[in-house]
Amino acid sequence: MSVNVATTWKPLTRAQMAARVAADIPDGWYVNLGIGIPTLVADHVAAEREVVFHSENGIVGMGPAPTADTVDPWLINAGKQHVTLRTGGSYVHHADSFAIIRGGHLDLCVLGAFQVAENGDIANWATSDNDTAPAVGGAMDLCVGVKRLWVVMEHTTRTGESRLVRKCSYPLTALGVVKRVYTNLAVLDVTAEGFVVREMISGLTLPGLQEVTGAPLRMAQ
Amino acid sequence: MINRIVQTMADAMADIRDGSTVLVGGFGAVGQPNALIDGLIEHGAKELTVVSNNPGVGRVGLARLLDLGRVRKIICSFPRSSDPVVFEQLYREGKIELEIVAQGTMAERMRAAGAGIAAFYTATSVGTKLAAGKETREFNGRRYVMEMALPGDVALIEAWQADRWGNLTYRATGRNFNPVMAMAGKLTIVQSQHIVELGELDPEKVVTPGIFVDRVLHVPYGDPKQS
Repeated sequence: MSVNVATTWKPLTRAQMAARVAADIPDGWYVNLGIGIPTLVADHVAAEREVVFHSENGIVGMGPAPTADTVDPWLINAGKQHVTLRTGGSYVHHADSFAIIRGGHLDLCVLGAFQVAENGDIANWATSDNDTAPAVGGAMDLCVGVKRLWVVMEHTTRTGESRLVRKCSYPLTALGVVKRVYTNLAVLDVTAEGFVVREMISGLTLPGLQEVTGAPLRMAQ
Repeated sequence: MINRIVQTMADAMADIRDGSTVLVGGFGAVGQPNALIDGLIEHGAKELTVVSNNPGVGRVGLARLLDLGRVRKIICSFPRSSDPVVFEQLYREGKIELEIVAQGTMAERMRAAGAGIAAFYTATSVGTKLAAGKETREFNGRRYVMEMALPGDVALIEAWQADRWGNLTYRATGRNFNPVMAMAGKLTIVQSQHIVELGELDPEKVVTPGIFVDRVLHVPYGDPKQS
C-alpha cells in the first residue's frame, strides 16, 4: 500500500508559528513586532520574562491588551489596538521612536512578508508596481535599522506559490536584511549561500520541503 | 507678559493662508487635533499640503477636509485607515497628489526642519521605489538616501496640558508626531485638554517647551474615540 507523504505532516497554525518564534527570543532583548502573525508572538512570551516590546508610535515596554474596564483611550499600539504599558515602560515621540529603530538599538524585529529572497531581500509592503497607494508605515525603517530581522510567514501563498524565492517579484521593502525565516513548515537561516534549513516540522523531509520552496535549500550542518 | 492662550477658534486659525503646508499630529485617532482640524475647515484655507501619518477615517475630521477639496497634496506613510473612503476616491479620480514617505523618514524630516538641518542621509528605502530619483551616497561602506527637511507653515497639535507660555505635556501614545511637528511648524497651534497655571507643570515633565508653540486653545473634549 502506498502512503501519501503529504498526509504524514501537518503545517503549524499561526499560533504555533508565533510560539516557535517566541521560543528563540532571549530575556533582555528589545523587540518590535509587526502586524499579523508577529503580533501574536507577544502572547507566547510569559509576562514574567523581561523581553521589552517596542511600538513605533512611541512605546518602549508595551504590555498586553487591557481588560474592558482598564482601557486607556490614549494608549494604542502601531496596529491601533488598545494596549497597556508594563512596569518600567516609557513613552517617546515619533522621532525618538524611530531613532530607536534606525539607530540600531532594537535587538530584533519580527515582520510578516509576501516574499523573502535567498539573499535576504524582503518584499512586504506592496503587491505590485501597479499598487499606486501602498502603505509602507515603518517597515522600511525597521528592516534597515534593527540588529536582526526575522520574518514569520506561511511557506506558500493560498495558491501554493512559494514565498521563499530566488528573487522577489514584488516591490522590495529592503535589500539583504532578513536573517531568519519561520514558516508553517520550517525554520530557515538566510546565509551567504542562501537558505539553510535549521528544522522542519515532524514528518517533513528536505525533498518534500524543497518541492514547495522556490529557492535551493540545504540542511544546516 | 507672554500669553500664547487664545480664546476663540477664529483667533487660533487667524492668518492661515491658502497653499500652506499643514502638519497634523496624531497616529490614528490618538493625539489627533480634531477640534483644530474642524477649525481649519471652518477657516476655509485651500490648496493645502497636509502632512499626517494617515489620510483620515470616514467622512469626518481630516477626511472631511479632503472631501471638501481643500487639500492639493497629502504626505503620509500609511495612506490607509479603518475607513479611508474619501482619500481613496479622490486618489482614484486624480484629485489629490500623494507622497508616500517611510514613517521614520517622515518624522526625521520634520525633526530636521525644526532643528535647522536642510537634509540628511538615511539607509531607509535604499534600493526601493521610494528612493527612486533621490541622491544616494556611500558612507563607511553602506549606501544611504538623501532626504530633505520637511518644514510646515502651520502645525496643528494635540496636547494634554499647557500653560500660558505654551509649555506642553502629552498623554501616553497621544505624544506621537506632536512634539516633532511642534518644532517643525512656523506657526504652531495647540489644542490642549487642560490649561494650567504657569509654574504648575513639573519642568522635568515638559515635553515641548513653549518656545516651539505660538497659540494654545483650551479644548476639553473627552477621549479620542468620542472626538
